[in-house]
Amino acid sequence: MAFREEHEIHKRRFGRNVGLGLVLLTFVAIIFGVTIVKVSNGGMVEAFDHTVRPSITIPESN
Amino acid sequence: MSDATQQIGTTEPNEAQFGDYVALLKPRVMSLVVFTAAVGVFVAPVAVHPFIALVAILFIALGGGASGALNMWYDHDIDLIMKRTAKRPVPAGRVQPGEALSFGLWLSFISVVMLGLVANWMAAAILAFTIFFYVVIYTIWLKRWTPQNIVIGGAAGAFPPMIGWAVATGSVSVESVLMFCLIFMWTPPHFWALALFMNEDYSKAGVPMLTVTHGRRETRKQILIYTVLLAPLAVGTAFTSIGGWIYLAAALVLNARFLLGAWRLWQRDEVQAEADKYAAEKKFFRLSLSYLFLHFGALLLQAIWVKLGMGAW
Repeated sequence: MAFREEHEIHKRRFGRNVGLGLVLLTFVAIIFGVTIVKVSNGGMVEAFDHTVRPSITIPESN
Repeated sequence: MSDATQQIGTTEPNEAQFGDYVALLKPRVMSLVVFTAAVGVFVAPVAVHPFIALVAILFIALGGGASGALNMWYDHDIDLIMKRTAKRPVPAGRVQPGEALSFGLWLSFISVVMLGLVANWMAAAILAFTIFFYVVIYTIWLKRWTPQNIVIGGAAGAFPPMIGWAVATGSVSVESVLMFCLIFMWTPPHFWALALFMNEDYSKAGVPMLTVTHGRRETRKQILIYTVLLAPLAVGTAFTSIGGWIYLAAALVLNARFLLGAWRLWQRDEVQAEADKYAAEKKFFRLSLSYLFLHFGALLLQAIWVKLGMGAW
């Protein structure tokens, strides 16, 4: 038995839904790829909670 | 797209397909945006990670597409009148104007924010300004008001290489301004050549194209003036850091041909044009397309040449 009754609208909008699905998948892949590139390129990565953050530390004067 | 609850049980032959949403982005215009933005990134003196460059160009193109959707939202009334644009998704009734508006606004927001996060906020700011310029300054304000519409509106199409340059460098410089000027000064002769043989469309829609307001004689003169002003800018780019002998040779040949084409158009009258069905005008329009692609192609080739260690000058 089908999960739910197939309607004509599902067939009619199939192309559009597949297209949107592919666009969303591409967007996820882009975010993932950019994250990998940014992290592996050595940009400064800081935690924001209960850790020392070098970028806001005031340098000690001699 | 209509409300699904109303649609169930009915066959809607005029329903938007995925391709209609792609058409809202004006893919042919996007191809120019992608190409010129890519050249802007590539010729810049700062190297960008290939994936970051690819994604940045994608979001620049998406921003350009978003402004295309917003243009189709605002112009759907005149698009319906013009033969060239009557089959677009909004005038054809497949996409509602409100949908095109929200589609364009969301894509504008996504493209600007993503470009800022992926590249830098200078590039994102120029992209945001480009969308604003194309939609508000050109489409809403100038297009229906002044025959100088495409002169000033052409700036919107001229920003992509500048955004590409900003993606790499985070700034604006003489080179990126010259790439901007190249497209900016090229736009009037390109569109006015089109208007010379599509005059009827613009007249019917009431768009104050130069051919409609000042006549074809004046349009031919203006094409020649802008082509003469364009040539030194295009050739002068050869003597900046992105230029070199490859670009100089290409610019000299292309501008000589473009000037000759504009001169021929100026010498023709409407009797001659009607007699050969605007053959010279159509030829000049095609030449204008290759003119821009080949200039940016030459810049790209020059940059590859330099990156291979062959030197510039």
